[in-house]
Amino acid sequence: MDKPVNHRAWFMVMPVVILVAFSAVIPLMTVVNYSIQDTFGNNQFFWAGLEWFEQILSSERFHNALLRQFVFSFIILAIEVPLGILVALSMPKRGWTVSLCLVVMALPLLIPWNVVGTIWQIFGRVDIGLLGAALNELGIGYNYTQNWLDAWITVIVMDVWHWTSLVALLCYAGLVSIPEAHYHAARIDSASRWKVFRYIELPKMNRVLLIAILLRFMDSFMIYTEPFVVTGGGPGNSTTFFSIDLVKMAIGQFDLGPAAAFSLIYFLIILLLSWVFYTVMTNVGVELPRREKES
Amino acid sequence: MNDGSLNLDWMAWTWPTAVFFLTIFVILAIMTLWAALAPQPPRVGILRFATTPGDRLFVSLLGAAFICLAWLAAFGPPLWGGLAVSLVYAAAVFRWV
Repeated sequence: MDKPVNHRAWFMVMPVVILVAFSAVIPLMTVVNYSIQDTFGNNQFFWAGLEWFEQILSSERFHNALLRQFVFSFIILAIEVPLGILVALSMPKRGWTVSLCLVVMALPLLIPWNVVGTIWQIFGRVDIGLLGAALNELGIGYNYTQNWLDAWITVIVMDVWHWTSLVALLCYAGLVSIPEAHYHAARIDSASRWKVFRYIELPKMNRVLLIAILLRFMDSFMIYTEPFVVTGGGPGNSTTFFSIDLVKMAIGQFDLGPAAAFSLIYFLIILLLSWVFYTVMTNVGVELPRREKES
Repeated sequence: MNDGSLNLDWMAWTWPTAVFFLTIFVILAIMTLWAALAPQPPRVGILRFATTPGDRLFVSLLGAAFICLAWLAAFGPPLWGGLAVSLVYAAAVFRWV
């Protein structure tokens, strides 16, 4: 570890740096510039200082959207991760059913977001939707356009339907890489099913599971299209997640200054969480052997 | 308006934001030079994982952004107090992380 790392290879990525500068850094600088000014269009700007940041930080609308976003992401992870593991564990390990399972599991992942939204929007409709009409026929008053809980359930079930396969497929990839000898040893020790899962399968799934959690968290944290198509953020503001609120502010109200401040805070939260996830992911496998060496 | 020269009006530059980005670019340039002249191996600090000076700069800048936001939410402008706390935080990050 004492040898300094030679970073000269970084010059090879210069073309990407230039591309990213045009696609990300310059727009980001513009957002920073907008966040401290007021504009009515026509490239005329008026100095506003930190007013927009103060306004956003103290606005109840921002706090509610933030809370909603975290609750949504937490529920998504709490359902999709255990469910994905369960599905992966029950998938066959050999034979022709493997391909069948993989294809069926991959299907929801191939559908574009707005199509998923449209499918569920129609599926849940009270008048013509299979789910909505059937539930109401059964005497369960379900209406995602009027009841906030129904809207939340619809959006969550939709996301679970769309993305659990991703977690399952990643976990499955981790599971099939476990050599048969491990299970054999467990059988000799007459280990219970739970112990096989806890001490053989879960440690082997560790890395892919972290990737799955990272991907699902980031995706659910920036979710826009699906809830926008299904509920449009309603009823009221009950499914107005972060990005929906941001678009409402920037394009609906044309409040470019506050929206710029909003998106910078959004960006900082994502940057922080990505860094935490990345650090955990890159260090989780590294730390264990070192600790073993010390002990 | 469009006489063939590059028109950057849409970027809405102001002096404070220009100084802000220039400072970050100058810090990046200095850190790059520093890494080229006196390369440092990653070291393990109080967070118990290896960090390079670049990692510590990133943690300092990101932390400074949140410190300034917290300062703004708690005390309002001006942000000099927040900036001072951020500098102390950055020094601590470079010393111990």
